Amino acid sequence: MPGPIQSIQRAAEVLKLLAHGGAHQLSVGEISRALDLAKPTVHGILRTLQEVGFVEQEVEGGKYRLGAALFQIGTSYLDGNELRAKALNWSDTLAMRAREAVRIGVMHGKHVLVVHHVFRPDNSRQTLDTGALLPWHATALGKALVAFGEWPDGDLQAFTRHTLNPEELHTGMNVVRDRDWAYDLHELVEGEASVAAPIRDRRGVVVGAIGISGPVERLCDSPEQPPRLELVSYVREAARSVSRELGGLSW
Amino acid sequence: MAYIAAIDQGTTSSRCIVFDQAGGIVSVAQREHRQIFPRPGWVEHDATEIWTNVQAVVRDALSHASLSFSDIAAFGITNQRETTVVWDKATGEPVHNAIVWQDTRTDALIRQFGDQDRFRERSGLPLATYFSGPKLRWLLDNVEGLRARADRGEVLFGTMDTWLIWNLTGRHVTDVTNASRTMLMNLETLDWDSELVDAMDVPREMLPEIRSSSEVYGTYEGVPVASALGDQQAALFGQTCFEAGEGKCTYGTGAFLLINTGDKPVRSQNGLLTTVGYKIGDEPAAYALEGAIAVTGALVQWFRDKVGLISSAAEIETLARTVDDNGGAYFVPAFSGLFAPHWRSDARGVIAGLTGYISRGHLARAVLEASAWQTREVVDAMNADAVNAHSAADLTALRVDGGMTANNLLMQFLSDVLDVPVVRPIVAETTCLGAAYAAGLAVGYWSTTDELKANWHKAAEWEPSMEPAARDRGYRKWKKAVERTVGWMDEDDD
Repeated sequence: MPGPIQSIQRAAEVLKLLAHGGAHQLSVGEISRALDLAKPTVHGILRTLQEVGFVEQEVEGGKYRLGAALFQIGTSYLDGNELRAKALNWSDTLAMRAREAVRIGVMHGKHVLVVHHVFRPDNSRQTLDTGALLPWHATALGKALVAFGEWPDGDLQAFTRHTLNPEELHTGMNVVRDRDWAYDLHELVEGEASVAAPIRDRRGVVVGAIGISGPVERLCDSPEQPPRLELVSYVREAARSVSRELGGLSW
Repeated sequence: MAYIAAIDQGTTSSRCIVFDQAGGIVSVAQREHRQIFPRPGWVEHDATEIWTNVQAVVRDALSHASLSFSDIAAFGITNQRETTVVWDKATGEPVHNAIVWQDTRTDALIRQFGDQDRFRERSGLPLATYFSGPKLRWLLDNVEGLRARADRGEVLFGTMDTWLIWNLTGRHVTDVTNASRTMLMNLETLDWDSELVDAMDVPREMLPEIRSSSEVYGTYEGVPVASALGDQQAALFGQTCFEAGEGKCTYGTGAFLLINTGDKPVRSQNGLLTTVGYKIGDEPAAYALEGAIAVTGALVQWFRDKVGLISSAAEIETLARTVDDNGGAYFVPAFSGLFAPHWRSDARGVIAGLTGYISRGHLARAVLEASAWQTREVVDAMNADAVNAHSAADLTALRVDGGMTANNLLMQFLSDVLDVPVVRPIVAETTCLGAAYAAGLAVGYWSTTDELKANWHKAAEWEPSMEPAARDRGYRKWKKAVERTVGWMDEDDD
């Protein structure tokens, strides 16, 4: 395997400098002094970055700042409202098949943000909890998200005697990655269980998770067993359908 | 296991959705078609492109779920209504682009007809550019040689259901719901009305045979084509509004509130349309009152495509949530005049209440709120008609469907301004579901409408939480903004 490419490393240094510089605008001379690089080298890097839109100048020959194209890349996360719109049909179908409430979550700091909620289809009185925050470590949604993302900082509160400790969670994450789905059993609320699977965008990046939750008696064959595989298959199929909707899977 | 495939030939795209017996979605395919704008106010579609797309989405929907035609018990059709196409009977070639429902080219023709309510008793409709009859008349008057060809019986007229059924099965038929939007059908007899046909001066020979909404019209690839319903009527059917007094509002390009009025047509005193809800085989037709709003989702699309402040329709909610309210701005999207309850073709859009304070977030709010305030006007008209007809009491909850129901901010605001709960059923795709249900009933895939009702479940509900004073103030401002749209167009405007 070849070593790191020097010019890319230097370009990254230039971008970092522009991002953290107090005025966010620097001249070729200022950059060359700060990075201890020759002016022509810095100039060449800036010209190339300018061509791809990663840096820009207010006026020709003036100072450089970060370009619009860079911000577009940085903000190309999936909008939660977009995810809900794309997932609408498949979350409905999941709720109908599983006969349970469906939620779609995304990571929001240390928590799972519920971006979509479909009622359990029994016409009972239920309240929409879109916008609610859930603890990641005690929900299937959170585990499915963290298994394919970053481990959030912070203490992990024990909600029940079944809530996993960090060590158990770390081990569990490998299983989640292997299986591509997650569950919780009495971990947030005694007597409740949940199943979730990751949703991927067209780059294959996990951008959300979809899952069902409900009483253990309905989701599991016995109170100590993981949720029934039939329900797991519905959840995974819904996750695949939403991923497909996002361009994450080909038909 | 057999499935039902619904073809939804919509304003911006054609879709095919395959449903299972529980009404769950098995597969979806979609293709957009071109919107052709030859002049301001004119909107056309290429009917050949649409037929090509329909064949493609059927193929795609089947292949996505690894199904073949033999797995499909029936096809159902639902379609954008009023859009008018005329084609050569021998070659199947359209003689002109289809004229889309939003198109206002028949404005002058409509004015010549005089009194807006001239045809209301027979057709249930006010004179407006919206309906098919005047569009057909425009084609006969403006496409060279067309009238002579029509008189010789060489060309056929149809709305999109008719165009698709003709291409799928070879039969020249339409269903009562689509026919009720032509302004040529008599609401009582459910047949072409000689007086209306003569007044519009269109040759009767080119009109399709009017059939029920749920029966086998013919077959495509060996599969029965067994339903046709205009998109809004299909949504009413998909929401299982089978009893008088039950209704729904569908949010798509426009928004359409329909209430089932049972087996008798109810004439509106408040700017609503009287239309056929559906007709199952030989059973009596169910009628409906309809409040049609031309621009709701189309305003969000306009904001995305023409203003460019958002890159997808769903992002409007993200942008709108950057602010707490509309900042005093009201957006009345009278892009092609105002539909229900005003019916003012001389109106054009305004953004009222602009100040230096207004940011793009406020504009996004105003864009969303426009859908809710327009619904409020139509609901008020429905309630007034219900009082006049001594029929069902005021609306106590609003059943909603359509793509915009994914927008939580809009749904909450809608509940706030209507002051009733807003309820979304578990299948938001009620338009396709309704076409599937009607087709399934025709071939015995489902046996009764009760069986269909059992499939209806609440997926989400929004409760009103706005202070009455804030609601009243907002509605007052909205009405003032609406006043500012009317009378904009002049006689000498194109």
